Amino acid sequence: MRMATTANGTRASFGEYVLRTPAVGPTIALVVAVVVFSLSTSTFLDLDNLSLVVEQSLVVGTMALGQTLIILTAGIDLANAANTVLATLLMAKLVVGGAPAWLALIVGVAAATLIGALTGVLVINIKLPPFIVTLGLLTILTAVSRIYTSEGVQVSDPLLSWLGTRRYLFGGIEVTYGMTVALVMFLLVWYALNKTAWGKHVYAVGNEPEAARLSGINVQRTVIGVYVIAGLIYGIAAWQALGRVPNADPNAYQTANLDSITAVVIGGTSLFGGRGSVLGTLVGALIVTVLRSGLTQAGIDDLYQNVATGILVIAAVALDRFTRGRQR
Amino acid sequence: MTQPILQARGLVKRYGRVTAIDGADFDLLPGEVLAVVGDNGAGKSSLIKALSGALVPDNGEIKVDGEAVHFRGPLDARRSGIETVYQDLALAPALDIATNLFMGRERRLDGWRGQFLRTLDAKAMRAQAQQVLDELGINIKSITQLVETLSGGQRQAVAVARAAAFGTKVVIMDEPTAALGVAESAKVLELIGRIRDRGLPVVLISHNMPHVFEIADRVHVHRLGKRVALVKPGESTMNEVVGLLTGALRMGEDGVVEEVRNAVTTGLGSHRKSAE
Repeated sequence: MRMATTANGTRASFGEYVLRTPAVGPTIALVVAVVVFSLSTSTFLDLDNLSLVVEQSLVVGTMALGQTLIILTAGIDLANAANTVLATLLMAKLVVGGAPAWLALIVGVAAATLIGALTGVLVINIKLPPFIVTLGLLTILTAVSRIYTSEGVQVSDPLLSWLGTRRYLFGGIEVTYGMTVALVMFLLVWYALNKTAWGKHVYAVGNEPEAARLSGINVQRTVIGVYVIAGLIYGIAAWQALGRVPNADPNAYQTANLDSITAVVIGGTSLFGGRGSVLGTLVGALIVTVLRSGLTQAGIDDLYQNVATGILVIAAVALDRFTRGRQR
Repeated sequence: MTQPILQARGLVKRYGRVTAIDGADFDLLPGEVLAVVGDNGAGKSSLIKALSGALVPDNGEIKVDGEAVHFRGPLDARRSGIETVYQDLALAPALDIATNLFMGRERRLDGWRGQFLRTLDAKAMRAQAQQVLDELGINIKSITQLVETLSGGQRQAVAVARAAAFGTKVVIMDEPTAALGVAESAKVLELIGRIRDRGLPVVLISHNMPHVFEIADRVHVHRLGKRVALVKPGESTMNEVVGLLTGALRMGEDGVVEEVRNAVTTGLGSHRKSAE
């Protein structure tokens, strides 16, 4: 290779490496958290417990996957949990009303996808800030869910709860289909973002929309596509939710939206758009769950867990600002 | 006479009562660097936007290689081989150099992976990007460096390299040295010369007279929405060009530069004689 120097003549620094690979920082944090809880509690380092932690992170983790795509375009989705909850209600009510489960599943996922498409159209065609659009949708969808049903809908259907099915690998490791599906979804989105032109366009649109437009990228189509795919992912999150708890409740997942944003931000994705990775989000979702679960097992109250999560979010965004600031 | 690569006749663009382009002509000859100079508000940018497809003129004709074209957007101009380096460079700083070079024109792998999985050929794109930078003598540590880690001059070089890599007929550059220091400006001018030497004509919009006189083969002087003069740096002085673009001087049909009566006497004209 030919030798050449940069403006400052140095090799890539560790800071630059972290900046280039946003998942490195969060992964270190995850490992630290697991080690700390393994040493400080007697129950944490246990295969069944670790499997439970992963299972607990599935619904929020799946929502966070859709959230990542939207945040990469410099948007934000405040309504993803409301969207997911409405989809669980649709699926459960349809099955309870006698519809075949496969149809209920398709209707639920399709409804979530449509709501995603609607969000995208409002953001792009009416040029409203995503924050406002999804704030409005959050209010509307929450109300619609409660109008639709005032209390939880119990549903016992093998297809709707299929993602909660347990299997044992190597005799001892407990795995659900939901985990496999989530992993496959993360891999698919990772592939689309990193290995296809579409993914490069998502990053470009989030980083510098005008440059993207001048480069011939169809900015509108890219952004609407992101919201549609995010909606589809929220629909699958609803299926995940029914796999975990076979009860669709309009009052469930009240903190899931903020948790999904937390997971994305902790995972190193910039709220300013154009930087981040789904790998980081995967780790971020695990960090949120590990922290909550570990603190519970260490006997620390819920409220203090919220304090810890909040500190983590602020620290993560501050780190993002700091690393970006170094580049300017 | 050689056929111009890019030519415009009688271009007009009005915004309400404002006439941005007022019957402008334009000629770019093969293998030349043509500088477009004009005062602020003279309508240079509108002219350049019309030539690069960013605006659609109300009237007039644009020809590429003698064939009439109708650009409805920047993509149309690009398809005709006209590449533009915008003043704000149109780069995504969070992405690497290779990705920026191929932005919107990514290459997929050959075979089923490219066709069905739409997998990008990152390796080929990096190799080609490196080759373009090498050919233009642009020295950068790594093709996978993020654009935001580059200096202003290096960013300009990347934007210019992108245009040079994909432009087959014309490269248009809007104020490429405006934001740069002395040393970096010199490098960009050198780069413009190299692009011309590779046979690609360059349209250079600039405010900087010394830069224009250093690199341009001909100078198109724009004033009040149209071309008022076409001069060669060797045959005119900077002062004359300044006089032409401010309206203190004008060029007659015979190509003689003369001072305009009623204008403030500037003493800029070298062939001073009274108009009319």
